[in-house]
Amino acid sequence: MHEYPLTQKIIKIAEKYALEHKADHVSKINLVIGNDSGVLADSILLYFEIIAENTICENAEIVIERVKPLLKCKKCGQYFERKPFSFSCTFKDCGGDGEPTEIGREFYVKSIEIE
Amino acid sequence: MSSEINVMESIYSENEKIADELKEELENKNVFSINVLGAPGIGKTSTLIQLIPKIPYKSFVIEGDIASDLDTQKLNALGIQTVQINTGGACHLDSPFIRDAAENLNVQDGIMWIENIGNLVCPAEFFIGEHIKMLIVGVTEGSDKPYKYPLAFEKADVILLNKCDLLPYVDFDEDFFMAGVRKLTNAPVIHISSKSGDGIDEAVNWILSVKK
Ligand SMILES: Nc1nc2c(ncn2[C@@H]2O[C@H](COP(=O)(O)OP(=O)(O)O)[C@@H](O)[C@H]2O)c(=O)[nH]1
Ligand SMILES: [Mg+2]
Ligand SMILES: [Zn+2]
Repeated sequence: MHEYPLTQKIIKIAEKYALEHKADHVSKINLVIGNDSGVLADSILLYFEIIAENTICENAEIVIERVKPLLKCKKCGQYFERKPFSFSCTFKDCGGDGEPTEIGREFYVKSIEIE
Repeated sequence: MSSEINVMESIYSENEKIADELKEELENKNVFSINVLGAPGIGKTSTLIQLIPKIPYKSFVIEGDIASDLDTQKLNALGIQTVQINTGGACHLDSPFIRDAAENLNVQDGIMWIENIGNLVCPAEFFIGEHIKMLIVGVTEGSDKPYKYPLAFEKADVILLNKCDLLPYVDFDEDFFMAGVRKLTNAPVIHISSKSGDGIDEAVNWILSVKK
């Protein structure tokens, strides 16, 4: 829902690094977005085209790497994917309780390519 | 010729930096800040109206809404010092908003309550310099909310289960609700009704026990 201001921040971050490296143009932005980050990747792409116009990021390619969320089992320590309406560990027949982890909540600029 | 530059910078980093500075500023002014989260109509404003008169410190309120200042008018009419933030569409408050509002309110020695935008999703993602997050949920919303909106529960320091006066009229499966909550957090769950005032004393005591 809040992708517009977030896209502005992405462009700000890319601009900052591009200027530090005296670049003329940013040709690519590599993002990492976890599936549980709450961020809609499609909306970022949509806003990016509009907001990047007339900036150093204009026409840059956005590459998005997605990360699947994992829970960590309190009993056996395994990381596993959550099933709907359940927090139970899916490793073999453990069935222990899983707790949330930061895996799947990533939202950062990994790197940029400049010219 | 193109070259790749390593960035590894969180898109939230600017918000977090301002939030950290704000929290420190608030501590210097002896202000304890509570970020109030919950869906639209769950009773955030009603609960503040119940809690604030029972708190033995000065209260300051920041009201976040997409539009209108109805809640602010209501609180100011009760003599509670309140400022309004209209985000004009944004679904959460972020720290530059709060920093400006806190300056506006001239906060000092007391509690700053922030009624976040009514939304169970986005506000949970943004640290806005608060000391604690207070999540308000209700028996009218259904007992599956911890399963559907885990982040808000996970981040909450205290959960107020509101509208308990309506329990006889709704099918609220408390065991299912609590099982979901306990997978996510050990935060206390306090049953309240912001209509009858039941449970408000317990919530006040909890807040006073954690206030620095
Ligand atoms: N029955 C009942 N109604 C409540 C309770 N708390 C709030 N309400 C009602 O719910 C509606 C929304 O409350 P409000 O405080 O404005 O919700 P907010 O949008 O979260 O700030 C109002 O009509 C309140 O009177 C409660 O504990 N019991
Ligand atoms: Mg309200
Ligand atoms: Zn396990």
